[in-house]
Amino acid sequence: MFRRSEQDKRPQVQIFVDGAAVAARQGDTVSAALLASGVDARRSTAVSGALRLPYCMMGVCFDCLVTIDGIGNRQGCLVPVAEGMRIEIQKGKREIGK
Amino acid sequence: MTVAPKREAYDIVVIGAGPAGLAAAATSAEAGLSTLLLDENIGPGGQVFRAIGSTPLTERNQLGADYWAGADLVQALRASNAEVIHRATVWSLDRNLEIAVSIGGASAFVTAQRVIVATGALERPFPIPGWTLPGVMTAGAAQTMLKSSALVPDGRTLIAGQGPLLWLLAAQILRLGGRIDCILDTTERGNYFAALPHAFAFLTSPYFTKGLSMMREVKAKVQVVSGVTELSASGDGQLASVSYVAGGKRETIPSDLLLLHQGVVPNVNLAMSAGVEHRWDELQLCWSPVLDANGDSSVAGIAIAGDGAGIGGASAAVARGRIAARAAVEALAPAAAAKLAPMSALRADLAKAERGRIFLDTLFRPSPQFRIPSGDTIVCRCEEVTARDVLDSVAIGATGPNQLKAYRRTGMGPCQGRLCGLTVTELMAQARGKTPQEIGYYRLRAPVKPITLAELAAVPKSEADVKAVVRG
Repeated sequence: MFRRSEQDKRPQVQIFVDGAAVAARQGDTVSAALLASGVDARRSTAVSGALRLPYCMMGVCFDCLVTIDGIGNRQGCLVPVAEGMRIEIQKGKREIGK
Repeated sequence: MTVAPKREAYDIVVIGAGPAGLAAAATSAEAGLSTLLLDENIGPGGQVFRAIGSTPLTERNQLGADYWAGADLVQALRASNAEVIHRATVWSLDRNLEIAVSIGGASAFVTAQRVIVATGALERPFPIPGWTLPGVMTAGAAQTMLKSSALVPDGRTLIAGQGPLLWLLAAQILRLGGRIDCILDTTERGNYFAALPHAFAFLTSPYFTKGLSMMREVKAKVQVVSGVTELSASGDGQLASVSYVAGGKRETIPSDLLLLHQGVVPNVNLAMSAGVEHRWDELQLCWSPVLDANGDSSVAGIAIAGDGAGIGGASAAVARGRIAARAAVEALAPAAAAKLAPMSALRADLAKAERGRIFLDTLFRPSPQFRIPSGDTIVCRCEEVTARDVLDSVAIGATGPNQLKAYRRTGMGPCQGRLCGLTVTELMAQARGKTPQEIGYYRLRAPVKPITLAELAAVPKSEADVKAVVRG
């Protein structure tokens, strides 16, 4: 859906998406890194289980909700990636304790 | 920069680091007032100057001169002694000018003598069939990724809608070698005639030549279908195709990415939750705060600047930010205002920046069928409520958006009505034969962004707070 411009010379950052290593770039938000990676990053909604990807990328739509380092319902579009960050694609509603 | 505010009280707190907030905070700090700028994003710039300090795109002509103008605003702010905190989500603002802000998972509280709300705009909801499918995004979303991460559309890409941002985005994608298969222009043909009486002001505004050359640049490379009157996206768990009707003829195009845009509207949640009076704007088709010439709202001490005060664009936002800050300085430290640019000059800047706005608003006023959906089209993305659900609720007695919450939970999901509020108001107004002003909007309350119960529970409590809720 998206690809990186060859102009982008930012250093790589390794994150893990559902356990698999994914190359992101320094300064990416979690959502941008997921969309650039080509992995299936579709979450499913709490209400019907419908599949969704980020819609607005600016913090208002909440379709980018994702579990980051064990904490659920984070807005992936507002969180910058960090080396070793663990991302889980959230299926359904946030689990208690996450 | 995810540290708590250094003080508990400030002369001026500015919320939002887009063009208005950057200009306001720099102005107030330059006058020597203690100033705190709180912003939700990773860095300064808001949406229009997003990633201005960090974008990987360094060839200046790709993003355009208007974008790089943001660097001067950031420079002016950095040269001032304003305190700036990013990744700071303000979740409460009240009539006592007390602000609650979530930073790094913990909440802090500050008070201000004056608050300048510069929370900007968001893209108008575009509720067409299939707009919740993965692969359907806003044009602004694509532009955000382009500016901050140098990402460009790669698969079969369609852009649909209308308005200046749509053409700017298309030009930027093409300059970066990204792919656009087709642009579906939904501008209503009748709007060209309606806008004609306002054309003179527009022709003499800076937007005219820039806009025209950008449209030429895009049209030279991409097929543009104008007069699109119907639009829908379909696919099973992923966008597969887009259907449209133009000139009475239906076409279906296979597609991987659909970028939607039909203008921007004020992001009203924080201001409304603070009790700021808003009115329905019949031209811009949105809620705008009731403000005086300084940007002061109906709540004493709260001013609103930038697109949150009514859509005016980046240059107008900068002028409004400076005006609101200067007015606050005049009120709190009249002697210090002498250091600042005179109010008359700021008002002249604003008038210049607003030239041609009525033309743009009239030309790009979105058609009813793209604002007021029907049938199975989702209205509320969070709670997955359709237009039919809303109309059924009206039929059995729901009178307005607040009653509708009890029937259908519309607006009660995490986005708090940001993506459905305007649609719900207009849909209910149409169904009940009332004006949007009569139908009203969601009653918004803090927290205006979701925070965890754990974060609330960890907030320091006074003895009085505890006594208020604990018995015996």
